[in-house]
Amino acid sequence: MTIGTKFLLARYADCSFWLGRYMERAESLARILDVNLHFSRDSRGSQNWRSIVQLNADEERFDEAYDVASYANVVHFYVLDRDNPSSIISTIRAAKENARALRPTISTEMWSHLNVFNNTLSALTSDDLKYSELSRVCAMIKEECQTHTGITEGTFFRDQTWYFYLIGREVERADQTSRLLDIKYHLLLPPNQAVGSPVDVSQWNAMLRSVAGYHAFRREHPRGMSPKQVAAFLLFNMSFPRSIALCLSEIDGHLHRLRSGFGLRAGASAMEILDETRAALADHSPDTVIQFGLHQFSDYVQRQLIAVTAAVRAEFCGVVPEQNAA
Amino acid sequence: MPPSEAGLRSGCDGEIMSDGSDLLTAYDRQNHWCEMFGGDGAPAEHAAMVRTRLGSLTLSDLVRRAEIAERELYNLGITFTVYSERDVIDRILPFDVIPRIISPRDWDIIERGSKQRVAALNMFLHDVYHDGRIIKEGVVPAELIYGNAYYREQMRGVSVPHGSYVNVCGVDLVRDHLGQFKVLEDNARTPSGVSYVVENRHMMQRTFPDLMDEIGIRPVSDYGQKLLEAVADLAPEQVGDPQVVLLSPGVFNSAYFEHVFLAREMGVPLVEGSDLFVEEDRVWMRTTAGRAPVHAIYRRLDDAFLDPEVFNPESLLGVPGLFSAYAKGNVGLANAVGTGCADDKAVYAYMPRIIRFYLDEDPILDNVETHICREREGFEYTMANLENLVVKPVGESGGYGIVIGPRATREEIDEVRAKLQADPANFISQPMIDLSVCPTLIDGTIEPRHVDLRPFVVTGQSSWVLPGGLTRVALRRGSLVVNSSQGGGSKDTWVLEP
Repeated sequence: MTIGTKFLLARYADCSFWLGRYMERAESLARILDVNLHFSRDSRGSQNWRSIVQLNADEERFDEAYDVASYANVVHFYVLDRDNPSSIISTIRAAKENARALRPTISTEMWSHLNVFNNTLSALTSDDLKYSELSRVCAMIKEECQTHTGITEGTFFRDQTWYFYLIGREVERADQTSRLLDIKYHLLLPPNQAVGSPVDVSQWNAMLRSVAGYHAFRREHPRGMSPKQVAAFLLFNMSFPRSIALCLSEIDGHLHRLRSGFGLRAGASAMEILDETRAALADHSPDTVIQFGLHQFSDYVQRQLIAVTAAVRAEFCGVVPEQNAA
Repeated sequence: MPPSEAGLRSGCDGEIMSDGSDLLTAYDRQNHWCEMFGGDGAPAEHAAMVRTRLGSLTLSDLVRRAEIAERELYNLGITFTVYSERDVIDRILPFDVIPRIISPRDWDIIERGSKQRVAALNMFLHDVYHDGRIIKEGVVPAELIYGNAYYREQMRGVSVPHGSYVNVCGVDLVRDHLGQFKVLEDNARTPSGVSYVVENRHMMQRTFPDLMDEIGIRPVSDYGQKLLEAVADLAPEQVGDPQVVLLSPGVFNSAYFEHVFLAREMGVPLVEGSDLFVEEDRVWMRTTAGRAPVHAIYRRLDDAFLDPEVFNPESLLGVPGLFSAYAKGNVGLANAVGTGCADDKAVYAYMPRIIRFYLDEDPILDNVETHICREREGFEYTMANLENLVVKPVGESGGYGIVIGPRATREEIDEVRAKLQADPANFISQPMIDLSVCPTLIDGTIEPRHVDLRPFVVTGQSSWVLPGGLTRVALRRGSLVVNSSQGGGSKDTWVLEP
């Protein structure tokens, strides 16, 4: 008569996966907005807000609702716009709705915090997002996401639900990093621009900061910064929490634990896809991945992550693919 | 939820009642029976200590703590949820911090009286779905049962474990101007509100520990375990360690918070219809490890939605095949299917006769005097006294469709007269009860407001009454309608140790 370690409702597993994903996504978006404000300037030194729209592959939806990619429009679109499912307010609301379904299993503190966070966001107005205020708002959002992470770490019952939450979080991290690499690498390396110019370095700098990786990178590479080094760091580093290699390794570990620790038979095809992806990563060096084409490789990683997600949801949760996609 | 403006003002002024005057001095019960002060010649001595402690608080402190409590309820998500196309709006049930106190003597009557009613209801339901003795002997008219929308022919001949149909019963009580408790209605389908009983108590313990110390308040926190035991009693006998689940219509249901609360307190999975399936008349749930058996279900889903193969075929909330598994005794359901024909307002009028018929006892808790309009005498009396009576349609709940004669306009009286004329059997009437009041914090002052009480009776093999209950308070001045859909709030209910 317990909900504990004996079994987990398939629906709860799915909700937990998405709770992890959405919280990670909100934090990632807040980082990107904040960093763009501070560091990301184009060759003439003005900020390029459209790049964020491109990063998230939201051009179509954005252009339907807004005429220009101005500061005000882009920030509104990504923070307050309830019609945009990838805005922070929509993402947190989706997280809260998954948490609502999970309420029987999560701690009161987790629920209460998410509830209050959601209410705080709902009270924001365009005025709060003025150019002078954005950084503080982004800091608040990051802090609330990190508070969520802390409460979760401290209170989440370590049953299967926990591992599905972690898998969701790591999949989202890997996905965010691969998108960033893909888009930024191309935006930042226009054919006519000399690699290594001052603007270029500041761009790479910004990219690292948006994944909280600047100082980590500096510990590995105290001097210098080349696009190849940055790309390799984000792809291969096994100590950096947002590198693709580490995220994939974490997912692998969580799947192993679900199968060995809880005796679940499902997950075999998810592990197979994961093995294949990690093998592909291991086969590459920084040089070969650039030769192969960073865009092609990022694209491959993203497709594999979609396949892992579908496999996890189909095998453990009985969710038919193409249903409730992100 | 912004604090009320009045609350904010007096809170911020830091106004202190330094003249030593008592917080309750200015309170006037306005000749109603008061839960804190009693009635004429009957001062509520059991509440003396709480009165003294409450009186020594300052109004600004009370207001401040009330604001904290309200904010906390909102932040904790102790809310019902309103969904619109764009928004998900969480609302709290307004909470009043001044408790309602019940003496051990009064509680003894309530407890025995509620158990007696449930015992009679269970025997009545068994009879209705088996021999129909009470109908054959002419005590209750046949059409009242068989013509009832909640009567389930499919239940005929189906045995339920221990003859226990009404596993959770909410008995709505009011108290008249003489301090007598009377039953207003029985809720024998899926009574709600118990989560507020427990959460209100927790809230009071956090916000008013100084008021509660050593008063001797009976605890309410073991409701979940008692409910789990009762539901587990309904599992097939041969199952040693039954798997119990709570079946909810899902997050869109306004009582979803309560479903979550109960699932957590019981330590059982909260499932939706799509999490369950039936194979070979056995119920299973879908888990990450495949299927797992389910032996007893506390369902918060009406009969009509339980099983599209047997009841409403449109229902997407239920589980196809569930009824067949139930009828074969492979899964227990709380409450049983078909209990609704016993908590109908028309059947309610017969409850005193039903109790005498099965138990050969006088009712411990009286009904409110009720005129049955399907009977000629009742109809004629009602038509002649519309201005003085409360007229209720028998098939409605939530306080809808009620006409309070003494407060109705000419047009409303004429309208209900026409409806009565057209379909007398659809109505009962009752005298207007002067409901008891309780001191209540309203816009920074303490005023009397009318209250009722819903104790919860949990029954598996035997019955247990939660020592507390939901006190609902009509927050509008003079209002007698306590339903949350019509401006009602709630209070913590303290049953004192004997």
